Amino acid sequence: MKYHWNWGIFFEQIKYGDETYLSWLISGLGWTVAVSLASWVIALLLGFAIGTVRTTPRTWLVRLGNAYVELFRNIPLLVQMFLWFFVVPEFLPRNLSLWVKQEMPAKEFVTATVCLGLFTSARIAEQVRAGIQSLPRGQRMAGLAMGLTLPQTYRYILLPMAFRIIIPPLTSEFMNVFKNSSVAFAIGVLELTFQARQMQEDSEQGIETYLAVTVLYFVCAFIANRMMAFIEKRSRVPGYIAAAK
Amino acid sequence: MLGQLDLSVLKPSLPFLWTGLKFSANLTLIAMSGGIAIGTLLAMARLGKSRPLTAVASAYVNLMRSIPLLMVILWFFLVIPLIIGKPIGAEYSALITFTAFEAAYYSEIMRAGIQSVAKGQVMAGYALGMTYWQTMALVVLPQAFRNMIPVLLTQTIILFQDTSLVYAIGAKDLLKAADIAGKNYNRPVEMYLFSAVIYFALCYTLSSIVKRLQIKLAVVR
Repeated sequence: MKYHWNWGIFFEQIKYGDETYLSWLISGLGWTVAVSLASWVIALLLGFAIGTVRTTPRTWLVRLGNAYVELFRNIPLLVQMFLWFFVVPEFLPRNLSLWVKQEMPAKEFVTATVCLGLFTSARIAEQVRAGIQSLPRGQRMAGLAMGLTLPQTYRYILLPMAFRIIIPPLTSEFMNVFKNSSVAFAIGVLELTFQARQMQEDSEQGIETYLAVTVLYFVCAFIANRMMAFIEKRSRVPGYIAAAK
Repeated sequence: MLGQLDLSVLKPSLPFLWTGLKFSANLTLIAMSGGIAIGTLLAMARLGKSRPLTAVASAYVNLMRSIPLLMVILWFFLVIPLIIGKPIGAEYSALITFTAFEAAYYSEIMRAGIQSVAKGQVMAGYALGMTYWQTMALVVLPQAFRNMIPVLLTQTIILFQDTSLVYAIGAKDLLKAADIAGKNYNRPVEMYLFSAVIYFALCYTLSSIVKRLQIKLAVVR
């Protein structure tokens, strides 16, 4: 194996310009974190709303929620990226379509965030539904019997417990968001994977480049994991499931 | 708008898309078979008595599971030619990458499967004078597979969706074929939509079948 190692490459200047490769990677990391966190917020809000709706007694709402989940779960993320970027603007009203295509600020970032957010929301909705359904039936009945309305029963009884139950799968989902954000390179978001490919082509130091980027992804996933572990610890209910310690 | 869709481009591009779909399907099937085989060995290594084997297997699985698949695809595409000394082509690189990557995910499933087999089964195997390999091959693994069939298939559906990521190294799968056809006919909107419909139809059908299978297997047990 012939390979010319050069670990100093990160501090060298790029071929055409006065930035260093390190600055490329740092800005890439910034976009990765931005896309991931923004889509995580969208995914949590929508995911909880849709997951909750799927456990209500309203059949049409349940069907709608199921259809939503099936739609987003059965199309590859990369294809969804292309759909949001190339296809959806064509179906908007004429003026809006022109605005989205020509004037929308940070077009790639917004598109990628919406796409990844909705994709992840379908997966969270599935976990939320499973979490609520894993609660004993009596909890809902007791709530209603005490005179709480259905929304109150969800707000004060079902959702707080379901949230704690699904923290472990939510943790891996949070880590997945960072990993999945790499797909945003395909529509031109200048995130880590995009910068990795660019730096590899520009510097021809592929192994150093990919190692650095891999480590950065690793760190992201690790921090995401620790953050969720912290929330899990702080939100424990004494005397319930994993609370004993 | 919807009325402006020109569906007449679909027909001439069908043979081209079919070639792409065939590559996606082949990639899925090969990575599934290879991944399950290697994954089972990894799971056995993780559950076995040998400390170093356990450590190596868990390190491999955890490493693969914490990097984005896209980075793994790029890694293999870069490193394999360096090791064997000649370019290998996006398609072969994809085959190797997906087998190696999916092995990590399948191994987690097989580990759960092996652990789901009652301990008495293993003891009974040894008591009958069987060796470790005989007990595994004849007693434990058949039951582990059976218990895990729905999960293995669900993972395979995810694998099929993930094959679209070979786009990054330019291998000609279904999505890449649609991409190229869309550029040739200057009709990207129709082609992307059509590829999404194909993916959805296939994955939705498969996951419905898995759901039914799950109910069927659950009743038997």
